[in-house]
Amino acid sequence: MSRETLINIALAAILLAVPIWAHFADEPFIITLSTKVAILALAGVGLNLALGLGGLVSFGHAAYFGIGGYAMGILASHAQDYTPFMEWPFVIEGTNQMPIIWLVAVVMSGLAALAIGALSLRTSGIFFIMITLAFGQMFYYFAISWTAYGGEDGVSIYVRNEFPGLNTLDAIQFFALAFTALMLALIFSSRIAKSRFGLALTAARQAEQRVETVGIKPFQLRLTVFVISGMITGLAGALMADLNRFVSPVMLSWQTSGEIMIFVILGGVARLFGPVAGAAMFILMEHILGGFSEFWHGWLGLVLLLIVLFARGGLIGVLAGKEKADG
Amino acid sequence: MAESVLAIANVSKSFGALKASDDVSLDLRPGEIHALIGPNGAGKSTLIAQIAGGLKPDAGAIRFLGEDVTHLDTVGRAKLGLGRTFQVSALAMEYTALQNAVLGAMGASGGIFRFFRRALSDQGLRDVAEKALARVGLSDQAGTVTSELSHGQRRQLEVAVALTLNPKAFLMDEPMAGLGEAGSKEMTAFLDSLRSEAPILLVEHDMDAVFTLADRISVLVYGRIIATGTADEIRGDPEVRRAYLGEAV
Repeated sequence: MSRETLINIALAAILLAVPIWAHFADEPFIITLSTKVAILALAGVGLNLALGLGGLVSFGHAAYFGIGGYAMGILASHAQDYTPFMEWPFVIEGTNQMPIIWLVAVVMSGLAALAIGALSLRTSGIFFIMITLAFGQMFYYFAISWTAYGGEDGVSIYVRNEFPGLNTLDAIQFFALAFTALMLALIFSSRIAKSRFGLALTAARQAEQRVETVGIKPFQLRLTVFVISGMITGLAGALMADLNRFVSPVMLSWQTSGEIMIFVILGGVARLFGPVAGAAMFILMEHILGGFSEFWHGWLGLVLLLIVLFARGGLIGVLAGKEKADG
Repeated sequence: MAESVLAIANVSKSFGALKASDDVSLDLRPGEIHALIGPNGAGKSTLIAQIAGGLKPDAGAIRFLGEDVTHLDTVGRAKLGLGRTFQVSALAMEYTALQNAVLGAMGASGGIFRFFRRALSDQGLRDVAEKALARVGLSDQAGTVTSELSHGQRRQLEVAVALTLNPKAFLMDEPMAGLGEAGSKEMTAFLDSLRSEAPILLVEHDMDAVFTLADRISVLVYGRIIATGTADEIRGDPEVRRAYLGEAV
């Protein structure tokens, strides 16, 4: 077992142990904090597929995060008001069932990623960064002007949505859902990285010409991973909105895109548990440094600078060393 | 005469006022090695790019296996069976030699959209990849990361990746570059044995290799083919001597 694998297992164990301890120590705030880490890490796992494996620097992943959030907000607010989401040409009711909300969140963010990716992936480098940012901002301004769902104020729901067989109001049970989603996404990520698809995708990042020369279209690979990436981040958005029982355009803002990217860079780009380490570090810094000063982002900037300058592999890279090639 | 595997007919390509390809015609017949030589700046790279599909000619046509591929992109031509090697290695540097070869095998076998099974656990892919590595003499380096391979080993790996595609024709851009004398001899012997599998259009600066291997040689100068013929014909061609070989031979 490699050192990185051991570190990954340790990280997962800590993320699981802390809220369980908090549950018995009656520290609900710590459970909420842990849930937040799990959900933000999930958003980062989504981005890391595009950014780490595909080399696609998307600066618009807030779009998918926010779409997931609004899928929750819209469906749940209709369920709580007993009004249908639409009546014509057929009736669609709201719902407070998480599985349905998640499905809608994943499908809608996947469709958005498909459209945005199909257009953006014709560019590369700085243009790709800018065009994904622009699409993200489009969704942001649309949400602000969408008065039916609160405009700038967003949508609140009173009670957390339900999951069959669980009491989601119990913090530890909701954490279990978020943690399970994160673990499944991580397993999926680790499989995809070494699959045929992952091999070709990562090759396209390193040597695009080579991939074309063996008869594979890099565009198709990238669009596929972009959609998968958007879907996972969208699921995270739905969970985040449910954690807060609130969704607003802030979820769609470019700062959110930046934060998701920061999780990945802090933890280690293309490292499986990079987003987990990154999100945990971010939340810890926010919580601890934020206690001293509102301007804790200055310290975050400093850490980010150090990592970019001296530790390209992020936190995981510092702990586990350079990544080994498969086989 | 057997039908050409690859036929370039009256291809022209200009960049502004510069005619990089000027009414170029050449063909590649089954079982032959056809060398393309010319001084630096003669337009070899531009011609190669047009044959491989990276650049579209302004005029003229390119036929491959009897099919007009002028408007087909690189991927399309690769799928038809054009195996290309690059002058400057275009390999996945973070990958091992084996992974690079497996990538080629994947391209040939299709089925890229598989997300769960580990590619390197696929014995079918591994067999193709390992066989190709063995043929160029890289078996010992299969597990070495490409960025740690020597320059010459990367040239060999380039050829190995092309082999995994089982191509109908090879398009090789300076496979001898930087190989050193012994390596160059080995590669020459290998290419010699390869021509019976698929013909090779060989762009090469190593004149010893060219005159040893080539069934025919075309000389490109300022975007034009000034002569095509056997090694002896080219050696004796006064125009070629004046334009190019005078300095080299």
